[in-house]
Amino acid sequence: MELLVASAIGVLTAGGIYLMLRLRTFPVILGISLLTYAVNVFLFASGRLTIGASPILQDGVETYADPLPQALVLTAIVISFGMTAVVVMISLGAFLGSDDDHVDDQPEPDPETGPERAEGTS
Amino acid sequence: MTHWIVLPIILPALVAPFIVLAARYHIGIQRVLSLAGVLALVAVACGLALQAADGTVTLYQMGDWAAPFGIVLVTDRLSTLMVLLTAVLALFVLLYAVGSGWDNRGRHFHALFQFQLMGIMGAFLTGDLFNLFVFFEVLLIASYGLMIHAGGNARLRAGVQYVLFNLVGSTLFLFALGSIYAETGTLNMADLANRVTLIGPEATVGIRVAAVLLLLVFAIKAAVVPLHFWLPSSYAEAPAPVAALFAIMTKVGAYAIIRVYTMIFPPDLEVTSGLHDLWLLPAALVSLAIGMVGVLAAKKLDRLVAFSVIGSMGMVMVSISLFTPEGIAAALYYIVHSTLAGATLFLISDLVRSGRADLALTKQPVMAGNALTAALFFVGAIAMAGLPPLSGFLGKLLVLDAGFDSDLVVWIWVVVLSSSLISILGFARAGSILFWKAHSVTPEEGAAPLPRPAPLSYVAVGGLITLLAAHTVFAGHVHGYTSTMAAQLFAPTPYIETVVDTPGKLSKPKGEY
Repeated sequence: MELLVASAIGVLTAGGIYLMLRLRTFPVILGISLLTYAVNVFLFASGRLTIGASPILQDGVETYADPLPQALVLTAIVISFGMTAVVVMISLGAFLGSDDDHVDDQPEPDPETGPERAEGTS
Repeated sequence: MTHWIVLPIILPALVAPFIVLAARYHIGIQRVLSLAGVLALVAVACGLALQAADGTVTLYQMGDWAAPFGIVLVTDRLSTLMVLLTAVLALFVLLYAVGSGWDNRGRHFHALFQFQLMGIMGAFLTGDLFNLFVFFEVLLIASYGLMIHAGGNARLRAGVQYVLFNLVGSTLFLFALGSIYAETGTLNMADLANRVTLIGPEATVGIRVAAVLLLLVFAIKAAVVPLHFWLPSSYAEAPAPVAALFAIMTKVGAYAIIRVYTMIFPPDLEVTSGLHDLWLLPAALVSLAIGMVGVLAAKKLDRLVAFSVIGSMGMVMVSISLFTPEGIAAALYYIVHSTLAGATLFLISDLVRSGRADLALTKQPVMAGNALTAALFFVGAIAMAGLPPLSGFLGKLLVLDAGFDSDLVVWIWVVVLSSSLISILGFARAGSILFWKAHSVTPEEGAAPLPRPAPLSYVAVGGLITLLAAHTVFAGHVHGYTSTMAAQLFAPTPYIETVVDTPGKLSKPKGEY
């Protein structure tokens, strides 16, 4: 099971980083989602892997699962879910506004020759 | 148990939803509520700073659960100073936002502003690493909203970069927290400080990886080269008052580095030796140099200010990465200076923008309110470039003095002094193009003159400059205080004992609580 979980985290992280380096909003957002999945599984594993163990004290139970990573993962899932929604909206706005989905800075026109008003106030 | 400690978090957390729910369509009521909230915050922060000034460490246990089971808030000299700095900065930034009308160019400025304050205050006060992550997210979510306040394509595109970069940073933070928890079984900072020393020399791989990951996360926040790429675009495109408030956000990263790497991974800990002097110090020197070269190379005033923020963060990190009491004391003095100076310059760049077509460093007709804005820019540039008589000069002297005992003393002196020269050139170039060459351009016939900036805007900028002057005049007192602060940081035993040994509700007999 250790091998399975470890390679799952590794594959998710590798895929996430590859997609992030594509520098277009849609692959980058997918890549970040993959990375957050990887980190969620990783947080689970930080409490040691157990199968079917109880997280709450009970009579006659010997092995327990660590309850704290589960709480941490819950927090992390909620935050990353909300963040993904925010970044989808912002990048949609940026794409529809400028018709360009590059994540990195594009070369600007030289202010000496073609000044463009950069401060949008609409 | 005093409840005052939690107030800097609770107060903005209550004011913000009240503004959204009750005063949604009334900008006047929003302004009054927001200003009242920030004024109360300044008062509370003053009280907390006074309380912590004699070196007492005060603990607040959430729900009366003892550490490490519950989340704790802790105040000591360092955290109260940062809280006070944030509150005072927020007051002047808010005055500027109201005076210039920026808060009315989009929706929900004041609510997001309060949530942002809540996140920053929480990050400074918390004594738990996972809680630090949560407060980082709170301040980031609010900053995403503030960053794209008032919209516009350039701003939205810079916003996408900013959000994505910070999402990656948050993911790294979670990886770091996961590995720390896997190695030690706790996330409370004081408890961690005890447990990290117990790790045997043969099993240090995990904790070393965690220490480096954590440093990377905080370095992203502090915009240390090569993790600074998010800063120039986002600070330059953000609305000026927001960029001015963001001047404290890079300091959150610096604060976290100071806190974690004096308490949990102190410089004499064998596990993480070499991290500070081998990696952090050269990176800090490079960011100082790159920031100041960026000042000289910038083609627009807002980018120039953003690069000067990178440079001054480089200076702060140089001083921090010495990890001596003198270095930390100098860094703390410089943090206060750099926050105020950076915010002042961002606000001044907005004063310039309101009287010109754009912020490009090209010859354009004389702007409205030229003389006063020029004078303010002159003072702000002197402060940021570190010329006498303002506090930048004193801070730089302290950093140079603290660097004497380092192995890299020659490098520190060379980089600090030459980067100062470059930044002076950069600021002089920008100022002369903006304010003097304008007199040689004749304005177009029939062009309506742009209105002068509102008096309240000048009051806000003037207030920040007054604070900078006070920071210079009382430099002896302030540096004395930051020295006691550094002494407290390098003797963390009272902090750790207060946090770990205070009993919570489960360790008291029934009926006592």
